[in-house]
Amino acid sequence: MTDITKDAIAPPRSFLSQDAIQVFYRLLAALLICAVLAVLSDSFLSLGNILNVLRQASLTFFIASGLTLVVLTAGLDLSVGANVALSACIAGTVIHTTGSPALGILTGLACGGIVGLLNGIMVTALRIPSFIATYGMLWVLNGLTYWYMAGETLHGFPAGFRQIGSGYLFGLPIPVYLLLVFLGIGTFFAQRTIWGQEIYAIGANPVAARLSGIPVARRLLLVYAVSGTMAGLASIIFLSRLNSAEADIGESLTLPAIAAVLIGGTSLFGGVGTVFGTFIGALILTLVLNGMNLLSVSANWQPLVTGVIVILAVWLDMKTRRRAQ
Amino acid sequence: MREAAIVSEPNPLQRIPGVAMVLVLLIALFSVIAPGFLSVANLSNVLVQSTILTMLALPMTLIIMTEGLDLSMGAVLTLTSLCVAIVSLATKSMLLGLGAGLLVGTAFGLANGWLVAIVGIPPFVATLGTLGMAQGLSLIVSDGQSVVGIPHSVRDIYSATLLGVPVPIVMALVTYAVFHVLLYHTRFGTYIFALGGNREALRYAGLSPNRLLIAVYAIGGAMAGIAGLLMTARMNSGHPTAGLGLEFDAIAAVAVGGTSFERGNGWLLGTLLGVLSVGVLRNGLNLISLPSSVQVASVGVLVIVALFLDGLRSRA
Repeated sequence: MTDITKDAIAPPRSFLSQDAIQVFYRLLAALLICAVLAVLSDSFLSLGNILNVLRQASLTFFIASGLTLVVLTAGLDLSVGANVALSACIAGTVIHTTGSPALGILTGLACGGIVGLLNGIMVTALRIPSFIATYGMLWVLNGLTYWYMAGETLHGFPAGFRQIGSGYLFGLPIPVYLLLVFLGIGTFFAQRTIWGQEIYAIGANPVAARLSGIPVARRLLLVYAVSGTMAGLASIIFLSRLNSAEADIGESLTLPAIAAVLIGGTSLFGGVGTVFGTFIGALILTLVLNGMNLLSVSANWQPLVTGVIVILAVWLDMKTRRRAQ
Repeated sequence: MREAAIVSEPNPLQRIPGVAMVLVLLIALFSVIAPGFLSVANLSNVLVQSTILTMLALPMTLIIMTEGLDLSMGAVLTLTSLCVAIVSLATKSMLLGLGAGLLVGTAFGLANGWLVAIVGIPPFVATLGTLGMAQGLSLIVSDGQSVVGIPHSVRDIYSATLLGVPVPIVMALVTYAVFHVLLYHTRFGTYIFALGGNREALRYAGLSPNRLLIAVYAIGGAMAGIAGLLMTARMNSGHPTAGLGLEFDAIAAVAVGGTSFERGNGWLLGTLLGVLSVGVLRNGLNLISLPSSVQVASVGVLVIVALFLDGLRSRA
């Protein structure tokens, strides 16, 4: 899939590099969208709406941040949305039966992580191409979730638990604080740790990575497990925000998460991209969808627009890469 | 294992046991545990219900042979089914409905081919993007509602018989014959093998791999258009989520049928047996009253196992 002979020598990664410039362009784009929306709609600049955008973007970001690591290794995880649904339903059941939110949160994270680990095993040990392995997993999870829920809806969770998704702290929604925390952790992990750098190396050139002694299979397992665990985290936020869980909540989550990663400048071919870029990507996508909402465009248009954005983002990425070579 | 590596040309005959065994095992299993499975009525039901899947799985085989994938097929089928419903409702003409479905399906196929061949986007992402577009368009043209009251001429296609054989089965058999001739007895078919196996050779032979690739995806879109007519006829309505996820059954049928995802060699008869395997699996699970969710999950497991075996074979 990736062309191994080209750019055999991965450029050294530093923080203020080509990446920083790419992120800067995307920040400008986000500001431009904000300016346009502020002119077109009176309610865009209201505090309520801005906080709403941030909260919405944080939900997309949680799923997309783990996915970013997968895409950095030139893989893809199509099962994230279905993983959120299954984790949310299982975590919701645990909270209902035990009455303990902490136990529910742990179960949700564990469920997401185990699914991610299974994805990783399929990709590394069984050597199934990642997009088809996780696509199969998507349908397995879908089936399991619908079977488990049997058409039921879980509803009504403890007030303390609901604070996670809908509460405020010093005027900011709590998911926004979580977003900042995970943005920091993700950026530090990818840019400043050896494991993070090894993930970039695997994506840039898997053969060179293996030959230089990087345990490729173990890093890949880690990456898919992290992606799954982040889906588990997103499921908890969803659960506490919606105060209910249904089998179909994950169906509209995968495409936006992939869109956020790609808008954020992470290359599908691996080795290029940042977690911070994904955050900007999530922000841009949320701004567009929020703007459509404010301008009273029907929600039926959202999949169409997201699909167009995905293709545009990949096309732009390929164009800039071609120019760089 | 090492001696096996010398065998470079995979022989299609070697695969017959694989997929046929799956089918025989499934039939044997369900004749024992599912009462009524072996009745003539049920078996012909399986065949009729497999026709739409056949029309998707055959072009999917060609696409996968080019080392591609079309995730948008189910969503495009949904959209074309809606187009058939809306146009035939407005014009009272089945043929105009079919024309609209074909047109929209082919347009999406061409778009997929263009994105993959000319723009160079990896197929699974390009078609994931067009999946979103087709799904969105389905919601927009139908406003999220079912389209009902379509003319009898459309509905009758699904229930009519020709010389005692249900018309959908006739259509599926004709499709299979056309694909068989196309792939094994025309130059175009040889080029498709080359697209997956050796694209450079095509270029040296003075052919444009890009144009061929676009044609392969366009065929997939056009078939989704024809299948859209059957879908509308079967449900006697157009529904904005009717065909979502069908591409997965198609991919499953191709994978079980022994077409490789990495080496560009495909086997149409295997795909047909794969379609029947998926059909028997779903029908049997249905008969022992397991919900459709379990059917979906078991098809997912079927795919992963088939791909695992495919990977073992390609490494052996």
